[in-house]
Amino acid sequence: MSGDAVWVLGANMTRFARYPELDALDLASQACLDAFADGGVGIHDMDILAAGTLFQPNGFGQRLQKQIGQTGIPVYNVTNACATGATAIRVAYLSIKAGEAEMGLAVGVEQMGKMGLLAGKSRSERKVYEASGRYDAVTSIDGILGTETMPGVFAQAGTGYAYENDGVGFEQFAKVAYKNHLHSTLNPLAQYQKEFSLEQIMGSPVQSYPNTTLMCCPTGDGAAAVVLISGERLRSMPEEAQRRAVKISASVLTSDPWVESGQVQPDVNTLTRNAAAQAYETAGVGPEDLDLVELHDCFATAELVHYDNLGLCERGGAGDFIDSGAPFRDGRIPVNVSGGLISKGHPIGATGVANVYEITTHLRGEAGDRQIEGAKVGLAHVIGLGSACGIHILEKAA
Amino acid sequence: MPDETSAEQVPIVGYLQLGDDPHLRANECTACGARYFDRRNACAKCGGTGFSDARVADAAVLKAYSIVHNAAPGIPVPYVSAIVETEDGTSVRSNVVGLDDPMTAELGMRVEFTTYVCGTDDDGTECVAFGYAPA
Repeated sequence: MSGDAVWVLGANMTRFARYPELDALDLASQACLDAFADGGVGIHDMDILAAGTLFQPNGFGQRLQKQIGQTGIPVYNVTNACATGATAIRVAYLSIKAGEAEMGLAVGVEQMGKMGLLAGKSRSERKVYEASGRYDAVTSIDGILGTETMPGVFAQAGTGYAYENDGVGFEQFAKVAYKNHLHSTLNPLAQYQKEFSLEQIMGSPVQSYPNTTLMCCPTGDGAAAVVLISGERLRSMPEEAQRRAVKISASVLTSDPWVESGQVQPDVNTLTRNAAAQAYETAGVGPEDLDLVELHDCFATAELVHYDNLGLCERGGAGDFIDSGAPFRDGRIPVNVSGGLISKGHPIGATGVANVYEITTHLRGEAGDRQIEGAKVGLAHVIGLGSACGIHILEKAA
Repeated sequence: MPDETSAEQVPIVGYLQLGDDPHLRANECTACGARYFDRRNACAKCGGTGFSDARVADAAVLKAYSIVHNAAPGIPVPYVSAIVETEDGTSVRSNVVGLDDPMTAELGMRVEFTTYVCGTDDDGTECVAFGYAPA
C-alpha cells in the first residue's frame, strides 16, 4: 500500500428531492458529470468506477458507464446497506492506495420516491402455518415478537442508551430533530428546508416512540459523486485544483462484532466506536480537532447515541451534549449542518457520498450560507444495519 | 388457554417450547456459552461448532423499548416492542403485553415470560406467541 495520501479532487451532489420524471441513471450521471467538471477532469482520466446503490438492479455501474463514457475501466457495483455510498468511496480509495489507479470515480444514487418504509413490510396472504427459516417461524414475527421497523429499531437504540445513561429522554431526542430541521433552512440541496418548533416535533404523529414523524428521515431521490486522486498525480494538476483538493486522512469500514444482545437488536454502537477509534488513530486527530461532523441521523434517536460513539461528548454524556447546544452550527462541534438525513434526506446509496461532499464543500470554504467558517477538519459517518459503518476524516489542503 | 384446548397449536418460532411449562430454549455454544435462538453453523463469538440445548429464564428486565404506532397491516397498534434481559443474562426481543396504557412502560421494569394465541390459520391451527408482562 502506498503511504501517499488520497485526495478528493472533485465532488458534487444533486439536490435530494423527488424526481418522478428522471431515473436513477439520470441522477447518477448528473452527479458524475458535475463532479468531473468540479475537478477539471473527465471520464478518460478515470481508472476505476465504483457505483453504490441499494435498490437498482444488478449491473447498475456498467449501465451508468454507458451514459457517462464507456472506457473499459474496472467497474465495481457496491451494495452495503446504508453504508453503500461510503463503501463505494472506499473501493476507489483502496484502488488508488494499492497503486492500481491514479484517479477514481465513486458515485452513490437512489431513487426511492415515496417508498413508505416507516410501517414495515406487508405480509403475505398465506394462511397455513408452516415452520421455515433459521428460526422455524410460522408467520412474520414483526409486530408480534417486537418490531422490525426502522423507526422502532432505532428507537430501541435510543431508549437502550437512556437506560444506561442519565439525562436522556423524549425532549433530548426531539432537540436533535429541531437542530437538524433548523440547519436545513440554510442548505439549498436539502429535501426539506423548513424550521419546526420543539413543540411541533414532539407533537407530530408518533411513528415509534420516542420517534415522531418529524424525527424520522424521509425517503427520496438523489445522487452524489466524488473524484479521488493520488497525491502524486495531484501534484501535476493545476494550482487551483491543488488548492481546492481535500485530503482523506482516514477511510475506515467496520462490521458489527459479536455482542450478547446482537442477535435480537442490531448493535449500532460497537462498530461505530471501533471505526471512530481506527479513524482518529489513522488521521492523527481527535474529536476535539473536528470543525464539523456529518453523522448518520436516520432517526433522532440514532444521532444522539452517535455523539457518544464518535467521542464528541464524554461517555454517557449525550443528553448533556445536546442540551448544551454543542452540536448546533454555532456550538462546539457542529453536527449535521447540512440538515442531516432527517431533513436533507436519505436516498440510501447516495447518503455516504453526499456527506463526504458536504464536508469537502465546507473545507473548501464554498458552502455558502451554511459555511462553517474556517473549517479545517471534518468527519463523515454512516451506518447500515446488518451492520456496516463507514467513517471518513477529511482535511483541508495545507 | 382454557377455551382453546381442542385446537392444534404451533409455536410462532422454533425456540418457543409449548406444553405444560412454556418457555424459551436457545442453542448454547458448548465452548463459550453464547446463546442463539436460530440455527448456527458456528458460534459468532468464538467460532466453536458445538451447541447444546439450554432453557432460558422466564424473569426479565426491560432494557430498551419503543411504542410502535405505525406497523404493517394487520398488526394492532400501538404495541410495545421491547428488548428484555432475562435473569440468566439472555437478551430477548418481544412485545410487552398486559399494559393498560403503553406509556406506562418503563425502562428497568421487571417483566415475566407469558404466552398467548396470536392467530389462527385456514386449517384452524392456532399460532402461539410469547411476550413479557409486568411482574
